[in-house]
Parts: sequence; C-alpha cells; structure tokens
Amino acid sequence: MSTPEPGTTRLGRWRVSATTLRAYTMVIALVVIWIYFQWMTISELYPYGLFLHPLNLANLLKQMAVTGVLAVGMLMVIVARQIDLSVGSLLGLAGGMAAMTQGWGLGPSLATAIVVGLAGGAIQGALVAYANIPAFIVTLGGLLTWRGVILYVSKGETIPVRLPVFRSLGVALLAPAAGIALAVLAIVALALITIRRNRARRRHDLPVPGPAATALRIIAPAVLIVVFVYVMNQQGGVPIPVIVLLAVAVAGSFLTSATTFGRYLYAIGSNPDAARLSGINAKTHILITFSILGALVGLASLLHTGRVGSASPDAGGLMELDAIAACVIGGTSLMGGRGRVSGAILGALVMATLDNGMSLLSVENATQYIIKGAVLVAAVGFDMAGRRKT
Amino acid sequence: MNPLLSMRAISKSFPGVRALDDVSFDLHAGEIHALVGENGAGKSTLMKILGAVYPHGEFGGEILVDGVPRRFTNVRDAEAAGIAVVHQELSVVREMTIAENIFLGREPRRFGIIRWEELYSRAATILRELHLDLEPHTPVGYLGIGQQHLVEIAKALSRNARILVLDEPTAALTESEAETLFRILESLRQRGAGIVYISHKLDEVFRLADRITVLRDGRTVSTDARSSLDKAGVIARMVGREVTDIFPVVVRAPGDVVFEARGVTVEDPNVSGKLLVQDVSFAVRRGEVLGVAGLVGAGRSDLLTAIFGAHPGVTRGEFFVGGAKVHIRTPAEAIAHGIGFVTEDRKRYGLLLDQTLVDNMTLASLRDYGRWLPDVDGEAAAGDRAMRDLRIKAPTVFSLAMTLSGGNQQKVVLAKWLLTNPQVLFLDEPTRGIDVGAKQEIYAQINVLAAAGLAIVLVSSELPEVLALSDRVIVLHGGRVTGQFTRTTATAEAVMACATGHAA
Repeated sequence: MSTPEPGTTRLGRWRVSATTLRAYTMVIALVVIWIYFQWMTISELYPYGLFLHPLNLANLLKQMAVTGVLAVGMLMVIVARQIDLSVGSLLGLAGGMAAMTQGWGLGPSLATAIVVGLAGGAIQGALVAYANIPAFIVTLGGLLTWRGVILYVSKGETIPVRLPVFRSLGVALLAPAAGIALAVLAIVALALITIRRNRARRRHDLPVPGPAATALRIIAPAVLIVVFVYVMNQQGGVPIPVIVLLAVAVAGSFLTSATTFGRYLYAIGSNPDAARLSGINAKTHILITFSILGALVGLASLLHTGRVGSASPDAGGLMELDAIAACVIGGTSLMGGRGRVSGAILGALVMATLDNGMSLLSVENATQYIIKGAVLVAAVGFDMAGRRKT
Repeated sequence: MNPLLSMRAISKSFPGVRALDDVSFDLHAGEIHALVGENGAGKSTLMKILGAVYPHGEFGGEILVDGVPRRFTNVRDAEAAGIAVVHQELSVVREMTIAENIFLGREPRRFGIIRWEELYSRAATILRELHLDLEPHTPVGYLGIGQQHLVEIAKALSRNARILVLDEPTAALTESEAETLFRILESLRQRGAGIVYISHKLDEVFRLADRITVLRDGRTVSTDARSSLDKAGVIARMVGREVTDIFPVVVRAPGDVVFEARGVTVEDPNVSGKLLVQDVSFAVRRGEVLGVAGLVGAGRSDLLTAIFGAHPGVTRGEFFVGGAKVHIRTPAEAIAHGIGFVTEDRKRYGLLLDQTLVDNMTLASLRDYGRWLPDVDGEAAAGDRAMRDLRIKAPTVFSLAMTLSGGNQQKVVLAKWLLTNPQVLFLDEPTRGIDVGAKQEIYAQINVLAAAGLAIVLVSSELPEVLALSDRVIVLHGGRVTGQFTRTTATAEAVMACATGHAA
C-alpha cells in the first residue's frame, strides 16, 4: 500500500502505529527531562549530577507511588468514560480512619482503610450507574462529603502513626537479597509468558515471532528489571511503596488488557450503545470500576499516611487532579475507550519527575504549579495536533 | 444569462468509495430542480459540497453563483452567498424555542445584547408567512418530528436564501404537513428562488419539479425537463441495471419455525399512552428470510429492538425460540437464546470506531473465548477467518474500525453477530450508506447464511432489496401489521400500498 493507513505513521522503512509512536515519544521526552535535571544538578559534591543518584531516584519513586496507585484506578474509570474527583478527599478519609483504628491492631487498622475506600467508591459507583447521576456531580459531591466526614470524626486533629509496620509501608526498603529474588522471579515469569504466548499463536496458525524477536522481547525488559533492582540496592533496597505500585500496575495492566472485564470497559467507554446492544451490562461494570478505584484509594492512603508518619484531616488535597493529569499525560482520552495502565504510570512518573527535579533546583512553589499546569496542557495539545495530521 | 447556480465537474472521494465522479449540476432562478437517485448515488454528498459541509479543497471541481466562481471555506460562507441547505438529519436544538432556533447564530442584537422582542416578533412573522400555526415560544423538543422539520425549513427560508436545498424534506412529514410545504415552495418559486429538491418520492418530484437530474453511483445520468420524462423512465435511469444483476436468484426450502413473536406491543418511552408497536406477531423458519417493510417511523426498528430486550419503552408480548417460550429482558439474554441483531446505523449502534476489528468482532461473543480471561490468539484466529469468509478488506484484524469503508465496517458488524453462532439473525438496514459492490456482497452473504439454515429477519427501507431477498414479507404501518405477502404475491405496488396505509 502506498499511503499509510490512518492511525499509523511512517518512520523511514518502519510503519508504526500511532499509539506505539506516542509511547516512544513520551519515553524519549522523559529521558530528555531526566538528562536536563541531571545536568542542572551538577555540583562540587555531585560532579555527575544529583538527580539520577540512587538515593534521589528512590525518593522520586516513593513520591510517585501514591499518585501511581491512584492513576491505575483512575485510568479504568476514565476508560469507561467516567471521572472521579473525590479521590483526594476519600484518601484523606481512608488514611484518617486507618490511623484512628490503630488501637484495634495492625490488621484491622489497615483493613479499615481499604474497606472505607471500597465503600466510598461503591456508593459513588452505584449512584452513577443506577441513579443515573453524572459521575462529575456524584464525585464532586464526594469531594466535599468525604472531606467533611474526616474533619468531623477526627475533630480536625492530626493523628500520628504508631504502628511500626504501618509506618514502614510508606518508607521501608526491601532487603537487597529479597529484591534480587523478586527480580529473578519476574524474569522467569516474563520468559514463561512469552514462550507460552508463542506456542498459542502457533496453535492458532497465526504468525509467530522468530527466535531473535522472542529473545529481544524477554531480554529488553529483563535488563530494565536488573538495572532497576541494582540501582535501588545501591541505596539499601527497593522501597516497599514502589513494590506496591509495581504490583498494582501489573495487576491493573492484566485486568484492563487480558480480561473480559477490562475489554468491556474499553467497549463501554468507546461506544456505550454498541456495548449495551452487544449484551454488556454497563451498569455493573461501572459500579465495579468505581469500587476498584475506591479500594486503590484505600491502599494509596496507607502508603501516603505511612510515608508522612501521620494522618492529617486535609491529607490528599488535589491528589485527584494529579491522578487525572497522570492518565491524560499518559495518552488516556477523557472521551473514554482509549488509554493504558503503562501510559498512566509513565504519566505519573513525568509528574513526579517534575516535582522532584524542580524541588532539587529549588524552584519556587508558585513556579512549580505554573510549569506543571503548562506541561499538562501542552502534552494534550501536542497529542491533539499529532492526531489531526493522521 | 448565467444560471443562478452552476456546479461543474464535481468529484469527491471517501476512504474506499468514490462518492462523486465528474458531476455537473445547474439551477436557474425561479426553478425547482429535482435530484433523484438510489441511496448512495451521491445526492446528499453533492448538496453537502454546495452547503460547504465539505469546504473548498476537499472536493474537485468548481461552484459558480451568478456565474462567479466561489470558494466556500465554511458553512457560513455558503449561507452568505444565499445558499440554504436543509439536511436530512435534523439540526434543531431541542431545548431552545422555535424562534431561538430560527435565528440561531444570527440573533438580532445591539451591542451584543439579544433583542428578544424583535426576535420573537420576526419569528412570528416568518411562521405566519409560511402558514405554520406554531407559537414561537414553544421549545422545539415539544413538537412532533414533522413539525420540527418544518421549523428547520422555516429556519432556512428566514435567511432569504436564493438557493434552497431540501434533502428528503417530506420523509418525516404527514400528508397535510407536506401539502403546507408544497405551497411554500410554490410561492418561493414565484418569488424567483432556485430550489433543489431531493426525494425518493417520484410523485412529489413529478408534481413539483421543472427539471429532473438523475444521479447513479456518483455520476450524472441525465438532466431533462419534466415534461419529457415519465416515472418508468426515471426509475430505469436510477436503477440502470437489471435487478437480477445485483440480486442473486435463489430457491430456498425453509424448515421448522425457529423464532416466533406473538402480540408484541411497545410503548413510547417519551409519550405516555402512545404505542410504537401494536400487537405484532410473526414467525420465521430455519433457512428463511422474512422481510419487514414499511416507511420510516412505522415501528420496524422498535419491533426488533424490543424483542432484543434493548428498547427503553415498556414491551409486552411472548417470544418462542425452537417452540419453547423464552423471557428476554436484556440483550445478553437475547444473545444467550441465539438471537443476533445487526443494528441500524453502524457508527452509532454497531461499532467501536476507535478499537480494532478483532475487538469489534468478538465483542458480543467474548465469553466464548474464556469466561474471565479471553484467549486473545483464539480471537485473532477467529477474526482472521471472518475477514476471509466475509471478504473484509483491511490490512489486519488489528486495524482500527474507523479506518474502513462503510461496506467493510458493515461486514465487521455482521461478523460480530455471526461469531455469536445465532439461530436467528435480525438485520436492520444492513446496506444503508454502502456502495453497490458491498451491497451485492451483503446480499450474497444473506443467501449463504439462509442456505446454511439461519433464520433471518430483514428490515430495509429499500423496497427492491426486501422484495428480492425475502421469502415472505410483512408490512408495518403505524406500528401495526398492514400486510403479509409471499415471494410470489409481494409486488412493489402492493407492499407500498400497505406501507402507506392505503391498502384496499
């Protein structure tokens, strides 16, 4: 074919789908920002720059963990053509309730956060799906209501985290040996999945990637895993919140791309009428999606409260916007039906990079807000401009 | 003297379809020029070019108004040149009043402040001139669909357009509303306006038009004065081919009854007390094609949607699959009972345009590939097979649905339902808006499926299609069955008489 299909772009002799091209552009943009910050943080103490130092990278990833967990849940909600503005307030409520119930012991305290988040999400999901109230309104109400509830039950006081394990959720490091064990496990799983996938394709008479391509598909991510664990072990080990984020990301990615549930979410977001006429119960799916986000908010509240060391009633303010921004920078369409967990994670990484890098450079708070706002709008602007051409 | 309007050598392509090929068309002042042709012949596309829905640069050829070449970059340019197009699709804002709609975008104002008194009094004048007995303060959403169309026409006329284009204006009008419209057109002609009149209804065309242009497959066939034409001649030019060419002749031997509906009644969810479908019963056998004929608004789609458990209105009636009574409350239950439904308007109801072909094709049968974890390679293989069987032209099953031509998109929707292994397949307007070649392929496919034992219920607005493909035909009018025919008794005249409610 002489002209490229709409939705694909030609790069020399390679034909790349728009989504793939977009993902690469984002990774390249991220690397450029990293190099810039590295270059700008060169000092006598750090002749090669401070930004990419293992200690700072670990810090950056810890900051990112909360936004990342929220973004995975938010992605599912947005893919289904919904929105959740209550995430920050619900995080404050769940974290506060967990801190207040520490007297019941560790298990019940942590469970409280998850249950509160799940319940909050389920209530909002039910109102959206079954009472037909737009998600924007329901969760705007939630934004106010959940904040009011935590202010009421905590009487406006900040509650310190006393349980050591709770505290460690936000800050502790995984022992280096355990990190290496996890890396090996991940690489073995990766290899097994890739090989099984090839076998399945052969069984269905579909084109199977050759040995070189197969090896590349295993080795490239394996190298990333090894480098990641090595760098983190340089500063004492992989932070626990980062492990939690990775687990959530893998689970979220699996749920959205490999399960019928996830596929139906894309269908509902892409064309609700067609989905309904194809026998999909959109209401149930919307309820479940909001509930999943709620549970992830509960989990994120534990990471956040643990990291800060106390639960203040105004914790989590504006976090819903960070989560939405991460999704949008990661290529998620607010019109529904388009977006990936990997993109949302990359988006969260971009946001955390800007936060961390600008703090290192002692950029004023006011300027930080302005730059983050501009980056969000510019990212979507470039995306739209690129799409109009194809 | 230059004609009022002259369109020369107009060409326009869409992905996969050449919609217009070197079409020329002119219009004189004080003339009603009818534009006729089959669905997909290019009439609406030509008028969308005139109205600058497709602006200059998106098509080939030139447009002259009063002999002066014009390049319209947007709809407003065309309007400023005195061109008003009333499209088939309504573009009224239902929440606004009649007067607000008439003046939408050019409200009388001073210093940016709308002068409501002037707006409403001028609207009242326009309605009076058109002999429309409507109150300008009424929200358009309160009006019947025919009256909404009349408001749309009033909106076009209020611009003092010299060139007025009406695309199927009477499709949604009652007879008396249509008479009102004809009177209006007559007076406009006397005032020297040029009117392009697009219609399938040849009675209207022969009553109103001074000249008639026939389009076929995107080309001009002829332009003649009405006096030199007769209806049969126009039909022959519209069709331009022996009907047997496109409809393969088949002989079928239907088996047992697979699906039966008894006493289906559907209430209008918006208007209480109104029935969209009233006591309709039918049965369809293995290997049989049952045609459902009727005009737009006769309740054909409502009937199928209601049986499928997808109608918002309250539905009553009994359904039997293979002789056993079944309860269908949702599309999922309908699918589970072996019913497939290729819905009308594939972009709105059928496709996930921004998803891949395979995602579209397995959407209704995804659980067959694994209840929780679908086998994606199995899906891709099934998608590949469907692409070959239905001859879907696309690079791979991972192409996005929006990149395909209309005919191929329609085949993707068909594939989606075939992959559910249905016993009964409802087809609602399966060939609307696709080119003749794709239509032929869909017809051939319908015959293949019937021969394989599928029971098919076919709804189509194209009467020749229904007559040629169906073993039996039921005709709906006003939500009721007004006629039943077999292949031998179903003639176009008899079916149409029932469809218009004028059966003897």
